[in-house]
Amino acid sequence: MMTRGMTNIVKTTTRLICGVIFIFGIYLVSHGHLTPGGGFAGGTVMAGAFILLVLAFGDDVKHLRKTEEGSSTLENLAILLFLLMGVAGMLFGANVFFKNFLEAGTMGELFSAGVIPFLNILIGIEVAAALFTVFLAFVIFKEEEK
Amino acid sequence: MTAWIPLLVILPLSGAFLIAIFSGMFKRIGGILTPLFMLILTCLGFMFFFRETDVLVYHIGGWELYNGIPVGIHFVVDGLSVLMVAIINLMGFLASFYSVSYIRKFTGEKYYYALFCLMVAGMNGVVLTGDLFNMFIFLEIAVISSYALVAFGIEREELEASFKYQVLGGVASLVILLGIALIYWNTGTLNIADIAIVLKENGDNKLISFVQVLLIAGFGLKAAMIPFHAWLPDAHSSAPSPISAMLSGVLIKAVGVYAIMRLFFNMFTLSYEISMLITVIGAVSMVGGVLLAVGQWDFKRLLAYHSISQMGYVVLGVGMGMVILSVGGSRDVAVLAIAGGLYHMVNHAVFKGLLFLNAGAVEYKTGTRMLREMGGLSNNMPLTSATYFSASMAISGIPPFNGFFSKLLIIIAAVQGGFYLMAILAVVVSIITLASFLKVHRYAFIGFSRFKNKKMFGEAPFGMGLPMVILAVLCLGLSLLIIPFFRDIFLSPAVNTLIHTLDYSQPILGLLP
Repeated sequence: MMTRGMTNIVKTTTRLICGVIFIFGIYLVSHGHLTPGGGFAGGTVMAGAFILLVLAFGDDVKHLRKTEEGSSTLENLAILLFLLMGVAGMLFGANVFFKNFLEAGTMGELFSAGVIPFLNILIGIEVAAALFTVFLAFVIFKEEEK
Repeated sequence: MTAWIPLLVILPLSGAFLIAIFSGMFKRIGGILTPLFMLILTCLGFMFFFRETDVLVYHIGGWELYNGIPVGIHFVVDGLSVLMVAIINLMGFLASFYSVSYIRKFTGEKYYYALFCLMVAGMNGVVLTGDLFNMFIFLEIAVISSYALVAFGIEREELEASFKYQVLGGVASLVILLGIALIYWNTGTLNIADIAIVLKENGDNKLISFVQVLLIAGFGLKAAMIPFHAWLPDAHSSAPSPISAMLSGVLIKAVGVYAIMRLFFNMFTLSYEISMLITVIGAVSMVGGVLLAVGQWDFKRLLAYHSISQMGYVVLGVGMGMVILSVGGSRDVAVLAIAGGLYHMVNHAVFKGLLFLNAGAVEYKTGTRMLREMGGLSNNMPLTSATYFSASMAISGIPPFNGFFSKLLIIIAAVQGGFYLMAILAVVVSIITLASFLKVHRYAFIGFSRFKNKKMFGEAPFGMGLPMVILAVLCLGLSLLIIPFFRDIFLSPAVNTLIHTLDYSQPILGLLP
């Protein structure tokens, strides 16, 4: 029987490490307003976790195409929500586009800085989905060529 | 009215992502939503012509001054940007309306409309923003979507053109970014109004001269001025026709010529050498473009070369104004030269957009762009033929049409300012332009048919006909801008923005919180 993906060693290592990478990505995104990093860096790490999974285990083209559609939609949704956060600033409070309309809180705490953590999370989703979509497009292109 | 300003960016951006999300469920959403949004944007753009105060400033995020430096981004609506916004959105509306019929033969409609909206959002951002780095960001949004749109046909030729465009566009972006970084290093601020104040106090220095040359090269590449024009004929002739109309009609103006005008008039202190450089680049493009165009046999390629030539007129007019201002010459002549340049820019958007839509209609019906294979189309496609006639007369500067008046202004200004060589060149180029469009008329629209299959071609569908008729009417109607009543509403505020160079900073910094 033909097995998909790489060897068992790679698969086992990936299984162990993939979740850790993903959680590290979430950490980078959620602490974006406190520590270096933020939405873009964290999103790249999160995309890395997914890319590792596809590389190690492989997948058939049909399923990959469905995944690509999903991640593409997620990407568009995230950026649209980002825009909506800006518009929300116009509707609440001072009527200014991209106004930070939530309480700023105490500096250095996780729940502070108003809307910035939410914007970071949306950027994280956007970047992760976009990079994963680009990667999938290349994989599908190569699989179709075979 | 200030509260409406960000809508000019929010609407096309949200349109782009809404189309990308929902086109899976509703097939036609792109074709409905894009023209609708563009119509709203056009109305918004024209509304700003009737603003209460001369300059409107919108502070995004409501950031306050930090150590006396404006750190937030703000959008500025003044005479020049409102003129650009009106052109961009009007052409965007007509091109998107035209696309509804035209783009059906392609696959991947949803990407087309999403990218179209993104491109418009980028261009609106470039002309509205008052922040140098933000201008770069919006420029990249507009230009990167245009890379994808040029390659939309995904044939060999389109991909090659898009690749060439990407490489040269990437070099231009790199040069512009380097220039912006050097300005930030030198002045410590990114706000255009604030930089103008700092540069005025610091006086002239070598680094700023270097930055000016970098920015001329960068934005000159985006505007396809002659030493940097290699990408334009390929890119503009390979794109789908409504996109060619957008690229030639507004993109090279918004991200190229507008940026040069805004930065060199309102940010840098005018210097004779740089102004003369810009004038010479304009003159070389004007002459070189038309000489390259006259021998072309590909309809759209010929039009693309004419874009270089006509943008040469715009840069020549504006550049002469800069030279006259920098040597302290007569202000009236400078006003005339700049008004001629801006007027020709508006006119060029209309007639070049129309010519590309004509070429698209011909290609849509006959399937070829080669002039030698056409002939006798005025019998089969009377509407396309008539609108083409109007546009070609406008671009060659035949009296009742708009192109005549703007070229006349430029030539009068050149004579009064002592640029006799430029005046002669402008007249000669206009004659060669007429010759090259009569060639198209002779080979494509009159005479006998040279098509291989002798079948009759019908007229283009209504969706493509209506924008062409509107633009043809505008070709005549824009002549009215020469009348003082209309000129004072549409053109004079833009000229005043440029002529009172450093006054740009005063209202903006004065209005900061």
